[in-house]
Amino acid sequence: MMRVALYQARDVARSRWLSAYALFFLGATEFLIRVQGGDARSLLSLANVVLYLVPLVTVVFGTVYVYGAREFTELLLAQPVHRRALFGGLYAGLTAPLVVALWVGVGVPFLLHGAQGHGAMLAALLVAGGALTMIFSALAFCIATWCEDRLRGLAAAIGVWMLAAILYDGLVLLVVAAFADYPIERAMLALTLANPIDLARVTLLLQLDISALLGYTGAVYQRFFGSALGTGLAVGALAAWIAAPIGAGMRAFGRRDF
Amino acid sequence: MITAHGLWKRFGGVDVLRGLDADITAGRVTAIVGPNGAGKTTFIKSILGLTRLDRGTLLFDGEPVTGDERYRRRIGYMPQIARFPENLTGTELLAFLRELRGQPVTDDTLLDELQVRAALPKPLRVMSGGTRQKVNAAAAFLFRPALLILDEPTSGLDPVSAGILKRRIHAERIAGRTVLLTSHVLSEVEELADDVIFLCDGQARFTGALTALKRSTGQATLERSLATLMTAEDAA
Repeated sequence: MMRVALYQARDVARSRWLSAYALFFLGATEFLIRVQGGDARSLLSLANVVLYLVPLVTVVFGTVYVYGAREFTELLLAQPVHRRALFGGLYAGLTAPLVVALWVGVGVPFLLHGAQGHGAMLAALLVAGGALTMIFSALAFCIATWCEDRLRGLAAAIGVWMLAAILYDGLVLLVVAAFADYPIERAMLALTLANPIDLARVTLLLQLDISALLGYTGAVYQRFFGSALGTGLAVGALAAWIAAPIGAGMRAFGRRDF
Repeated sequence: MITAHGLWKRFGGVDVLRGLDADITAGRVTAIVGPNGAGKTTFIKSILGLTRLDRGTLLFDGEPVTGDERYRRRIGYMPQIARFPENLTGTELLAFLRELRGQPVTDDTLLDELQVRAALPKPLRVMSGGTRQKVNAAAAFLFRPALLILDEPTSGLDPVSAGILKRRIHAERIAGRTVLLTSHVLSEVEELADDVIFLCDGQARFTGALTALKRSTGQATLERSLATLMTAEDAA
């Protein structure tokens, strides 16, 4: 599995898209530090960029890559390797370079300029970005394995991102508006746990001292996610969000006909 | 070496294999021929474990191919389309396969015969389609596998390289290895194959020696023999 991962990572790391991805974060982070001085606000702006862009790039790049590697995957499957081990290697080899590119792009400017007392927030941002990469690259494997047709697969990838990044918030707002007269804080918490991007966003926002700005729900979140139980639950939910698509992808990869 | 009995496979509502029976004898060159959609690729992929059969038994040296993957240590596969990770070099690709198989490279002479060794340090992305096809061919022979599975081996190769590959297949046969190939070029099949499996609509319409096929149909060439077989089917 490690051998597959290493060669696959080498191929991904040399792709021009990956360099562009790392350079983009490098430029954006550097820009935000210079313009906003690297304070909590610049980290917040950066967090927004990460929360939208990381899932989008990962799921689209991942889906395109897996489709493109279809014939080579068949050659690999014809070798004496176990399917699940091969899947693990391919997944790790695709995901690791994406995580490293993000970490280098965001981390290096802060290393040069110093995190200025926002080390915990920066660390949380890097962890959340890494987790989102792992989740959405696993989803890319699921899509490309389930869906034979490349165009439909790509559409599904973009659809998954739209749903998680944009539509979900609208749905949550609808729920809030419809049930405004009821105590729905607990339901809101559940809804937050059900979307990885929301989950990452809330966890990140709570690292800043601005959660009071989120109003009453924010206070509920603060009390909940601020507690040891809440943090544990958030981390557990993120871990489940990583494990579930990996498991589903591995299962599909193990069963499908190539 | 391979025994197939009653293989059925359904793909998207179509029965691609419909009770295929065939034997592939060790130490011989067997060619699978048949029209497009006859099930040639599905049969090959079943042997490699890429495709899971709905029904039937498929044995490799007496062991079912659905068991563990170790039987594939003895198979070298040359797919029809050579598409490799773009940003790896040829050298890295061959090292990848070697490490994945955990076997030493015991036969890289085809790299020299096809004059492709000099191109190996380049990324696969910048190689021409023909060069990639040569790397693809050489990769299948690297580990001296007991069984070579070659899917349309000469398509995409220039005539000189195709000739080199054909001589090589012949040499492998003399060295006692088993070769299974598909081809649309019937003259090539006649040149190389000892046995023929004629697939049509997911069934084997003929399996056996090429000479026996010609004798039974009373025709001098494979092409005419197959034509005779098909018209006989239609009449029946």
